[in-house]
Amino acid sequence: MSSPTIGVLAVQGDVREHAVALAEAGALARPVRKPEEIAEVDALVIPGGESTTMSKLAVTFGLFAPLRERVAAGMPVYGSCAGMIMLADKILDGRADQETVGGIDMTVRRNAFGRQNQSFEADVAFKPAPESPVHGVFIRAPWVESVGAGVEVLATLESGPYEGRVVAVRQGNLVATSFHPELTPDRRVHEYFVGLVRDAV
Amino acid sequence: MSTTPATAESAPQTGTQLVKRGMAEQLKGGVIMDVVTPEQAKIAEDAGAVAVMALERVPADIRKDGGVARMSDPDMIEGIINAVSIPVMAKARIGHFVEAQVIQSLGVDYIDESEVLTPADEVNHINKWNFTTPFVCGATNLGEALRRIAEGAAMIRSKGEAGTGNVVEATRHMRTILGDIRKLAALEEDELFVAAKNLQAPYALVKEVAELGKLPVVMFTAGGIATPADAAMMMQLGAEGVFVGSGIFKSGDPAKRAKAIVEATTHFEDADIIAKVSRGLGEAMVGINIDTLPESERYAGRGW
Repeated sequence: MSSPTIGVLAVQGDVREHAVALAEAGALARPVRKPEEIAEVDALVIPGGESTTMSKLAVTFGLFAPLRERVAAGMPVYGSCAGMIMLADKILDGRADQETVGGIDMTVRRNAFGRQNQSFEADVAFKPAPESPVHGVFIRAPWVESVGAGVEVLATLESGPYEGRVVAVRQGNLVATSFHPELTPDRRVHEYFVGLVRDAV
Repeated sequence: MSTTPATAESAPQTGTQLVKRGMAEQLKGGVIMDVVTPEQAKIAEDAGAVAVMALERVPADIRKDGGVARMSDPDMIEGIINAVSIPVMAKARIGHFVEAQVIQSLGVDYIDESEVLTPADEVNHINKWNFTTPFVCGATNLGEALRRIAEGAAMIRSKGEAGTGNVVEATRHMRTILGDIRKLAALEEDELFVAAKNLQAPYALVKEVAELGKLPVVMFTAGGIATPADAAMMMQLGAEGVFVGSGIFKSGDPAKRAKAIVEATTHFEDADIIAKVSRGLGEAMVGINIDTLPESERYAGRGW
């Protein structure tokens, strides 16, 4: 099986962890910082980080136009945490000037679970990996407030104070999670995305 | 009572090592800026800071004013929390666990047990395992970094010499820590026991660093970064992100300099971009030559 080349948006955030996870899931990972580098990858991961910082740097360095163009043309993208925010068509509790790439017909609430003292770990039933839950690491994480008709919900928290909250979605070739699978050794979320990329390219 | 074990397993766990260290992972490649007012916090957020450090006086002013430097007024920390949506950090004195308890109760996202403030305990640092809020601590060498991690620090920053606008100590500490790690990684397994003794650090952590070839937590740089080129140099040396203290708000045009340092930190290997953002920034902070600083005014020696 050939290995797809998957970029990791490297303006800020946990780029290294995603690159390691992608390599372990069978992809060639490389950092993407400049507009011209976006054309050179089969797919992209938008990592966790500070979404307002990512948005600003993406504006300054002219990344939004080429990103939106490739997303519209069907490039697979996976976003975790801040990356989920970047893939949302609408966001709540962001900065007034905060832009997103968009592509997933959903409304995402930034820092929805609270500040760092409320950051938590919990098991998550991730539909594409039904054999056992994945371990979700939620860090000042967003949640999905609402989704449009074309969006498939991949995970909802099933118990505890956040019961019913949507934390993973897919629309077409775009996947987003509130949590950080790149911070755990379980590679099933990245394998799912790499499989999706293989089917798409 | 729930009858399904899966439910019990999925109860959310807060304050774990993974969420503490993981928070620092999310800050990587970013710039954390010292701010003393909500207005400065907004300028920092506008410039693209990944977090702000709330404190009463920037280190350059602590140097100038002298006296005992303490945790900030809770009103001031709260004002900054309310002014921005990015993470907020705040400083506690070394060993002052009650200042840390107060900062945690305010809902701050990260506590800096900082040598910039006057130490409250000359023997013990804070037992950081007792807290839900994660801690960042300074270090000048690998042994010091590992002792802080053993006490529960979830992030390390090289100390540098805060409030000087002089990058020379930041360079020294970054090179020392990373050099110590490279030396460790070259040792045979049989030699790690003595290495742990010499580093005055727990063997398990020494072994982990030797295997990983890096610290088990994120390491930023701090203490004297004043220009975009300073920040990029620290990143090229191996820092995973940058703290800027006095360097921004003691300069001629803080908003512009803050944005330039953020951009240079992202594109730290691209000299064309660093050149572009370095133009027309106005005056940098004046700065202090370290060799004119008496030993008693050097902060890096605080903490052990």
